[in-house]
Amino acid sequence: MSFDTTDDNVTVRTKVSRETPARRFMREFAASRLAVASLVVLALVVLLAIFASVIAPQNPYSLLQLNVMNGQLPPGSSSLDGSQVFWLGTDDQGRDMLSGILYGLRISLGVGVSSALVGAVIGTSLGLIAAYLGGRIETFIMRLVDLQLSFPAILVALMILAFLGKGILNVVIALVIAEWAIYARTARGAALAERRKEYIEAAEALDVPRLRIVFHHLLPNCLPPLIVVATAQLARAIVLEATLSFLGVGVPVTQPSLGLLVANGYQYMLYGQYWISFFPGLALLIIIVAINLVGDRLRDVLNPRRQA
Amino acid sequence: MFAWLIRRLGQAFIVMLIMTVIVFIGVSVIGDPVQTLLPPDADQAERLRVIAQFGLDKPLWEQYLVFLEGAVHGNFGQSFVFGQPALSVIFQRMPATFELALSATLLSAIVGVPLGLYAGLRPDSPVSKTIMGGSVLGFSLPTFWVGLLLIMVFAVGLGWLPASGRGATREFLGVQWSFLTWDGIQHLILPSINLALFQIAMMVRLVRAGVSEILPQEYVKFARAKGVAELRVIGVHVMKNIMIPVVTISGLEFGTVIAFSVVTESIFSWPGMGKLIIDSIYQLDRPMIVAYLMIIVLIFVVINLVVDVLYTLLDPRVRLDSRSG
Repeated sequence: MSFDTTDDNVTVRTKVSRETPARRFMREFAASRLAVASLVVLALVVLLAIFASVIAPQNPYSLLQLNVMNGQLPPGSSSLDGSQVFWLGTDDQGRDMLSGILYGLRISLGVGVSSALVGAVIGTSLGLIAAYLGGRIETFIMRLVDLQLSFPAILVALMILAFLGKGILNVVIALVIAEWAIYARTARGAALAERRKEYIEAAEALDVPRLRIVFHHLLPNCLPPLIVVATAQLARAIVLEATLSFLGVGVPVTQPSLGLLVANGYQYMLYGQYWISFFPGLALLIIIVAINLVGDRLRDVLNPRRQA
Repeated sequence: MFAWLIRRLGQAFIVMLIMTVIVFIGVSVIGDPVQTLLPPDADQAERLRVIAQFGLDKPLWEQYLVFLEGAVHGNFGQSFVFGQPALSVIFQRMPATFELALSATLLSAIVGVPLGLYAGLRPDSPVSKTIMGGSVLGFSLPTFWVGLLLIMVFAVGLGWLPASGRGATREFLGVQWSFLTWDGIQHLILPSINLALFQIAMMVRLVRAGVSEILPQEYVKFARAKGVAELRVIGVHVMKNIMIPVVTISGLEFGTVIAFSVVTESIFSWPGMGKLIIDSIYQLDRPMIVAYLMIIVLIFVVINLVVDVLYTLLDPRVRLDSRSG
């Protein structure tokens, strides 16, 4: 037996074990082409939303750039002065639907992401605290979660907006209140399983402060199920915002999200002018499907039972 | 069982009480009832008179007790818009919502169970993959947008079905129903499909998961080995065990269907509770909003209670010791 082969064996072994969990995660995720494609679509949508003001052919909320004479033109028509082509048509005020959708993306994504984030932070913190401290605090928090989850999110959000009135901030508040409970339940479930493990015991023996144990030791190990829930909740938050705005209790008319754009086209649809409602809804659908497909893949990859 | 039921009823009661507090706070503290009760040009004397008349000068806890007393007697005040007691307006609208929700639930079972069964029995066939792909779409499609598309295609484009309203109704048991007339059924079709879409997608996934879990079981293998006809194996051995989750989820989801009928009713101008609450929010009809919220909370508390009881009856393995209640 020569030294060379042994050395080779060693290098091979270190190479395999050198694959970090993050790398393995990415490799497994990338195994599904559908999921990767969805992720690309999402990245594109986010870029479109961020650079909406640069990409959009017109600023749909600058009255100077609107001409009512261009109103209700079908997709592909040119404007009166011939300076512009409305690829997705125009609404009743001569607003280019493509520009409207790009600006609407900002509001839809902004409201969805921020409410999902705030909900995740609040819900996860409460869930972890409940699992770690136990006792009365846990009972109180979890009863609140049960109470919350016995009502559908749309109803809770509707109730809150009935009192608060329209407004972007109000919608975010309503969505956070409607959705925090799911994070809390998931976080507590994961944390209950984790907190009996030895590294927590070790941290306790070393007299690490409780808060540090919860957020520095417990939280990172509870992340996988939380990430899966968060993707699903993000999709739900975006749809919920769109629905509330469609019903006229969500975002204000001056800051239309995709849902409000769909609502604006409702009456024109009855006269066969489908594009005002159709394209914003299609954009919404593409986002939701992409998020859900990414979420499905994450669920498969992060499922601990599958890895075992 | 009895002790459990008492305990469960007690919890339901506490939930109702908490919700009255929340709704009361929402109405009295966040919103300003005086503003909505008064005409915009009212002077100070008029203002004080209204404040005294509605007891708004009393301490908050006293106002709450007055509110609670009214709520217990079903008195939420007169609707500003209808000029009738708010509760009776809701009761007039309730059958329409229940009719829509029931037909959507029925539709989701009729369509969803066979599709899910097929996808579970032949998981690798292209048809099954199409079904499952469709269910992802069904989860992702925003209800309100699908409603618009249905109107666009079937009402505006093809002109097959009406796009709004309940159509002709006929009285049965003292209530007006749409499904008893042909015109009413035509009006019921599009809203039911719209409302059922999400539920169908869920039913497909539920049934498929159930089938793939049950097929490898010993008793299915044994029945097949014994020579039981395949139709009977699926129709009896498999179906029986799928029905438990299907019934439970259908029941649990009935509440969601009622909640989402707010969207469907608004699109199809279906004269139910859901459209009523949206109209009331627009018109700031506060007594109406309060009455709706209290009724919807009651409906949900009852649904959750019934589902819990049904679950224990359907599945004897669920133990009803009072600790787990």
